[in-house]
Amino acid sequence: MTVDAKRFEALFNPKGVVIAGASTHPGKFGFVSLHNLLSAGYAGNVFATNLEGSPVLGIPTLRSIEDLPENQADLIFVCTPKSANPDLLRSAAAKGITAAFLTSAGYGEAGPEGRRDEDELIDLCDELGILLVGPNGQGVVSTPASMCAQIVAPYPPIGSIGVASQSGNFISSFMNWACATGVGISRAVSAGNAAATSVVDFLHYYAEDPATSVGLAYIEGIADGPSVADGLTEVARHMPVVLVKGGSTSGGARAAASHTGSLATDDATFDGICRQAGVTRAATIEEAFEAAATFATQPLPKGNRVIVMTTAGGWGVVTADAITRHPDLELAVLPDDLLAAIDEKLPPRWSRNNPVDLAGGETRDTIPEVMQLIAEHDDVDAIVYLGLGIQSNQARMLRDGRFYPDHGIERIVEYHERQDGRFAQAAHDISVATGKPILTATELAVAFPDNAGPATVRDTGRLCYPSADRAVVALGHLWRRSRYRQRRGLPIT
Amino acid sequence: MPTTLSERDSKALLAPYGIPLAAERLVTSPDAAAVAATELGYPVAVKLCGDNIAHKTERGLVRLGLSDPDAVAAASAALLDAARPEDRATGVLVAPMVSGNRELIAGIATDPQFGRTVLVGIGGILTEAIADASIRRIPITLLDAEEMIDDLATQSLLGPFRGEPPVDRQVLARALVGLSDAAEAHPEIVSADLNPLIVSEGRPVAVDALVEVTS
Repeated sequence: MTVDAKRFEALFNPKGVVIAGASTHPGKFGFVSLHNLLSAGYAGNVFATNLEGSPVLGIPTLRSIEDLPENQADLIFVCTPKSANPDLLRSAAAKGITAAFLTSAGYGEAGPEGRRDEDELIDLCDELGILLVGPNGQGVVSTPASMCAQIVAPYPPIGSIGVASQSGNFISSFMNWACATGVGISRAVSAGNAAATSVVDFLHYYAEDPATSVGLAYIEGIADGPSVADGLTEVARHMPVVLVKGGSTSGGARAAASHTGSLATDDATFDGICRQAGVTRAATIEEAFEAAATFATQPLPKGNRVIVMTTAGGWGVVTADAITRHPDLELAVLPDDLLAAIDEKLPPRWSRNNPVDLAGGETRDTIPEVMQLIAEHDDVDAIVYLGLGIQSNQARMLRDGRFYPDHGIERIVEYHERQDGRFAQAAHDISVATGKPILTATELAVAFPDNAGPATVRDTGRLCYPSADRAVVALGHLWRRSRYRQRRGLPIT
Repeated sequence: MPTTLSERDSKALLAPYGIPLAAERLVTSPDAAAVAATELGYPVAVKLCGDNIAHKTERGLVRLGLSDPDAVAAASAALLDAARPEDRATGVLVAPMVSGNRELIAGIATDPQFGRTVLVGIGGILTEAIADASIRRIPITLLDAEEMIDDLATQSLLGPFRGEPPVDRQVLARALVGLSDAAEAHPEIVSADLNPLIVSEGRPVAVDALVEVTS
């Protein structure tokens, strides 16, 4: 681990946290942040300061940071007003604090005077040897440490996506997506004004962090273009980086200028720089999350030949359109020997083409068997699997209906749910065994997340895509990274 | 303030870097223009050349498709007469007409945040409307250049087109690397425009070049 990465350990794996400015009022940041820290189950030392020394949430507080025992905490989470911060940080440093997250506002975002104060803050933290994060930030989350030091919800499931954002709200958005899909987060941090620590700095740490396998970032303005471009190139060499940039249009750029006070660059230039750096650029927040979730849970494809496997015709047709329309993916031609092998498994009404439409001809084991045949074929690089959960959706209706459990309904419900669970598990297991991505898509993931199909996809740790189109977009991002690396002689596993 | 080099000097600066430039001669008299045209082969174009000529096309300082010595001499005389002192004219450029149905653009630009970049795009009168361009930060590799060409949305224009062969991507990619190399070798370059690069029998050739340098 580099010297810089070691500095981040106090932020993401602190031995103790001090909430400075803890409040007894449940509406205040100083209350909420202590609440979130305690309720997420952080196991390190927790301290809180409060001017009156009133207990907050049942824990005693320190009237002053001077009362903090030495070397029991290394992260201070600052909810105090700006004017209190210089003295607070000096005293904290003397007690062994080496990282500070500042939620306090009124700094660079507030005009020239605030900017001067921010400059002084940077110098002070430099002098004290404190890693300064923020100010004007929302918080920091680290699931390996069960740490939720932030002034907002949620606390996401554990996973390997590392999030950094120039806008705190998008930290929440990405974590909400993690909660919705089950594909979890390792670390998440809002850079706030990024006075001393930028989104790219966090990505650098994530690239070295064993708990993180993919970086997911939101940025608006770029203060130092060449160093950002070099930094992103370096980080993307070590792990996939998915980026959303706000202010890509002239209207958005004006909004960004007033939001973060940053200068916009020509979007085509930024797009080219991402491609040159091997950074995955996403147009929307959900596209970015799904791309990151896919990098985190699927192997990279070695090529771009995709087979669609479906239990129903129309879905396959639309997905074939999406793959064909994609500038980089290819709808694979179904190889003759694969066709012959699938013929052995299905009655003749199946599509005998790509999409492989089973057309209702499947029996108990057909889906896992055909999926395996397809995935093992050398001329196939990836599979999009459609139709999972249909029978379990009917099972739900049967179970909820007034005839349950009579008339043989109970038995068929169990059978359907067991089968969909098996199919979802097979998609995961075959993908792991073959090293090829298999993406399962159904809107049941959203409509009825407890359906045995999508629920099992979730249990395998993978994303159940809410539509085939979104699966195709995510797969396209995987393939672009793979191609970028192959062309440059870099490993793809 | 950056200053603009003449077309002749712009091309001379870029020529050593593998950028395909149309053949041309700089002459200072109508008679010499006619001789040069005969040597180069008809039809030719003649253009007034100078250090500071703005709006060359709008002012009628470019004459295209001249097919005999008399026409070349007459056009050259007219151009030299039309020169204004501020043009700092150095003569007339005579160049064979390059014909092709497709035009591309390529160049160097300075981005306020990221510094100097290389660009390739679809050219011609619809350039702005189509706005199909691909950009990279300098320096670029040949692989970057090939990917830039792949990134263009209007790929059908790069394939076989109206009886002409596909665009020679290697020539184009090497030209982009050449621009990057030129920029690295000449930190004073602020911008460069190869506009248009006419695709002639599949081969992109720059018939005009304009380089801006820091003064």
